[in-house]
Amino acid sequence: MAPIDEKDPQPLTSLERISRRVFLTRAGAAGVATATAAVAAPLSAQAQAPTAAAPTEAAAVPGAVPVTLKVNGSTHRVMVDPRATVLDTLRETLSLTGTKKGCDHGQCGACTVHLNGRRVNSCLLFATMHQNDEITTIEGIGTPEKLHPMQAAFVQEDGYQCGYCTSGQIMSAVALLKEPVGADDASVREALSGNICRCGAYPNIVAAVQAVRHMA
Amino acid sequence: MHTFELITPASVTEAVKAQAGSPTAQQGAPVRFIAGGTNLVDFMKLNVETPRQLVDINRLGLDRVEALPGGGVKIGALARNTDVAQHELIKARYPVLSEAILSGATVQLRNLATTGGNLLQKTRCVYYRDTAFACNKRNPGSGCPAIEGHNRMLAVLGTSEHCIATNPSDQNVALTALEATVHVTGAKGERAIPIAEFYVLPGATPERETVLAPGDLITHVTIPALPDGAKSVYLKLRDRASYEFALASAAIVTQVSGGRISFARVAMGGVGTVPWRSHEAEKALLGKAATRENFRAAAEAALHGAKPQTQNGFKVELAKRCVTHALTLATKQA
Repeated sequence: MAPIDEKDPQPLTSLERISRRVFLTRAGAAGVATATAAVAAPLSAQAQAPTAAAPTEAAAVPGAVPVTLKVNGSTHRVMVDPRATVLDTLRETLSLTGTKKGCDHGQCGACTVHLNGRRVNSCLLFATMHQNDEITTIEGIGTPEKLHPMQAAFVQEDGYQCGYCTSGQIMSAVALLKEPVGADDASVREALSGNICRCGAYPNIVAAVQAVRHMA
Repeated sequence: MHTFELITPASVTEAVKAQAGSPTAQQGAPVRFIAGGTNLVDFMKLNVETPRQLVDINRLGLDRVEALPGGGVKIGALARNTDVAQHELIKARYPVLSEAILSGATVQLRNLATTGGNLLQKTRCVYYRDTAFACNKRNPGSGCPAIEGHNRMLAVLGTSEHCIATNPSDQNVALTALEATVHVTGAKGERAIPIAEFYVLPGATPERETVLAPGDLITHVTIPALPDGAKSVYLKLRDRASYEFALASAAIVTQVSGGRISFARVAMGGVGTVPWRSHEAEKALLGKAATRENFRAAAEAALHGAKPQTQNGFKVELAKRCVTHALTLATKQA
C-alpha cells in the first residue's frame, strides 16, 4: 500500500491511489492496441494482455527484428527496430522505466545499467548486439520493500533533488563498489564523473557512496 | 538514424570479407565494423555516419593483453579500455598508457570502448558533429567553418587550409610515444603498420584519417620493450578535472643515465590533427642534462611549427608548459 499523506483530510479513492506512472503505463498499453506504427511490441512478456500487439502485427512493423534480452534475470523475446538501443527497449518495450534517457549520447550517465556486471551507457548499445549479455537495471538491484544498501544510503544522505539522474548514479555507485577506486572522496568523484547531476547533489551523493563503502 | 543490417561474422576472415566490398574504410563508409560503439553509435544518431551494414566484431575474441618474448606486450583490438588500463603488465611496464586511458572519458565509456576503436576515435570538432554545417572531413569540398569560427579546442600542429580538427584520443598519444605497431588483417593478408605511419595528415583530403583500406580489420597492437630503467608519464591539461578532452597533453618516455638523458620519446595530444610525435623535442633532449631549462628548450622545439587559429593561440604556451612539466615528472628521482 502506497503511503498516504496523513495531513490530507480527503482519503484518496482507489482510482486516485493509482500512481501517475502506473496510470501512464496502462494508458500507453491501451494506446498500443490502436497504434499501428508502434516501433516495438512485446511478444511474450505481456502476451496475456489483450492490448499487447500480436507477433504478426509486430512483424508488420517495417524492418523489426526479433531480439532476446536477459534483464534482471528474466528473458524477454521482443520485436524491435534494429536501431533500438538497450535504453529504448528497456523503457518503451519492457516498461522498465527506472533507467532514464538524458542526453542519449553517452555523456550524462542517466541511462547507466550493468552489462555482465560492468556499468555502461545503455543509450550507446544496440539491443540486437546484446542478446547474450546479462543486463541489470535499477529495478534489478532492490525493491521498495528491500532497498539495496546503496539505494538506502541515497535516501539517508539525501543524494538527489529532482531524482532524474538518481537511478544512473546508483547503478554507477553499486558498480563502483567492486572497482579499484581509492578510499578518498576525490577518487569517488573521479569514478562518478560520468554521471551528471544538474541539481548539484554531488556532496550528498559522495556521502552516500562513502557510507556504503564504510559499512563493508 | 538510418536503418542498417547487422552482420555477425564468426571469424576475422568473415569480418574482413564483409567490409572488403565497401568503397572506403574512411568517412562515410557504407559498411562499418562495430565493437564498443561508443563513438560510432553517437555519430549514427547524429547522421554523421550512415552505414547500411554494421559488422559486429565483438565475438571474434581479440581481447587479450599478453606479454611478448623480449619484453613487449600485445594488446588485442577488442581489449576494453578499462581492462588495458588496469592490466598489471601495462601498469608495470607502460604507466603512460594506463594513465592516458584513465584520463579519458568515464568508467562507463571505458568499460565499452576498445583499443582498436580508440585508435579510430573521431575528432570532437563541433562542425564535424553537426550536419547543419559545412565540414571538409564529413562532406569533402564543403568548406571548413572552424577556421573562422569556434576553434578554441582545435589543432595548432599538422593543420591545413582544409581542416584543423584535433585528434581527441589520449590512448593514441601514449601509443605514439611508445612506438606501438598496429596490426591489421585485410583483403590481401596481414600487415604491421608503425603508429607513426598509421595516421594521415588532413592536407587536401581530411576525410581520410588513416591508411586503412576497405576490409582492413585492426586485430591487435604491439608495444616494444622500453630501455632498462626508462620511466613514462602522461600529463593532461583540460578545462575540467575529469571527463574532458585535452587542451594539451604530453606522453613522455625517458631514460636518464649518469645525469644525462639517454632516451627520450615525446608525443603530444590536444594540439595536433594526429597524435603528435615530436622528434624535434627528442633531439633537443638527447645527451642533455635533465634540467628544467633543457626541458623548456625541448618544449620550444616541439611547438616550433605551431600555427594558432583565432581562438586557440593559448594552446601553444600551454603545450610547452605541459611538455616541460611532464618531462620534469618523468625524470624525477624516485
